[in-house]
Amino acid sequence: MATEQEILSGLAEIVNEETGLPADAVEMDKSFTDDLDIDSLSMMTIVVNAEEKFGIRIPDEDVKNLTTVRDAVSYIAQAQG
Amino acid sequence: MTATLTQSTGTEHSRVMGVGAMRPERVVTNEEVCTWIDSSDTWIRERSGIVTRRFARPEETVVDMAEPACRDALAMAGIAASQVDAVIVSTVTWYLQTPSAAAVLAERIGATPAAAFDLSAACAGFCHGVGLASDMVRSGSARHVLVVGVEKLSDFTDLRDRGTAFLFGDGAGAVVVGPSNHPGIGPTMWGSDGAQADVITQTTSWTSMRSEDGRTISGDWPALGMAGQTVFRWAVWQMAPVAQKAMDAAGIRAEDLAAFVPHQANVRIIDAMVKQLGLPDDIPVARDIEHMGNTSAASVPLAMERMLREGTAPHGGLALLIGFGAGLVYAAQVIELP
Repeated sequence: MATEQEILSGLAEIVNEETGLPADAVEMDKSFTDDLDIDSLSMMTIVVNAEEKFGIRIPDEDVKNLTTVRDAVSYIAQAQG
Repeated sequence: MTATLTQSTGTEHSRVMGVGAMRPERVVTNEEVCTWIDSSDTWIRERSGIVTRRFARPEETVVDMAEPACRDALAMAGIAASQVDAVIVSTVTWYLQTPSAAAVLAERIGATPAAAFDLSAACAGFCHGVGLASDMVRSGSARHVLVVGVEKLSDFTDLRDRGTAFLFGDGAGAVVVGPSNHPGIGPTMWGSDGAQADVITQTTSWTSMRSEDGRTISGDWPALGMAGQTVFRWAVWQMAPVAQKAMDAAGIRAEDLAAFVPHQANVRIIDAMVKQLGLPDDIPVARDIEHMGNTSAASVPLAMERMLREGTAPHGGLALLIGFGAGLVYAAQVIELP
């Protein structure tokens, strides 16, 4: 099982691949929409890639609750637990 | 003694013999869309790839749009309307419960008494029609079949809905499917998932608008509602494997393709699907959505017609087609371009 830090860096890699944003811009308190300028379709791509990378499932109805990077990291940590 | 009945036999192979398109005159820009919804040209382009779409005239019906598309398809095929044995119209925007658009269209183009019926498979309708027509030709129930994808989605769009108002457009595309001396249409990979019926759906049913005495209707005009994110996930990650299956079933590798013509739902779906499929960079991909928006059943033949006309795909080349949409339903096949 990955630590929160490992999940964060894994997620940052996925965000970088989808958007081109530098991985170190993906910080815990950043909002996907407001700070990182990630739209709903890019968010879905990130979600699907995160599912693959972390071996979890994130249903569509939960995606809208993932507002900040911290929300996503916690969700993934919990889903793995 | 029981008599033995006769079953029809057709030709071994079928192909698409001609394609035609009709693009309504009125060009609707993103600037005009932004007079209905709070949005911007940049936002619409980034989310969808759409720059313009076409809207039919208020009085123009799907039969009016289909007619010139059929005439062009017949001309390219070198087939007279009287040689057409069946007319299949795929549409969700023919506003009569009955009779079918196909029967009216068949008469309009001079194909009477061809068999004529409508097909309801939303954005996948054209590819359903091609698969069906190919099987009809090969089984002998028809020699030449007109397959039409046509929509007037401008009448079926909530122009106040920020999530869909910019997406949809009107248009018609048609092909003639007929006999061939070599394989011209690969196996159709198709299917449905009704558990996701509410993902893309008419917002209100006609009967729910009916007054108590049953004589009048009232309420909001129905439109197409869509859960965009869910559709995006399904389209990219579920439909790319279906497209791959259509290639495998046809015995075709990605590098054999001269064109990829997916349903023009959203350029983001198209780009992500190309990536998922791992198509080589030099294979031309249809992006008619930029000019036409999402025209549902009409999008695949419209895009095909543009690629052939502009020379981005060669006559006789192999094209991978895939349609997917409300149902949810889907269909894909590899064809030889006319």
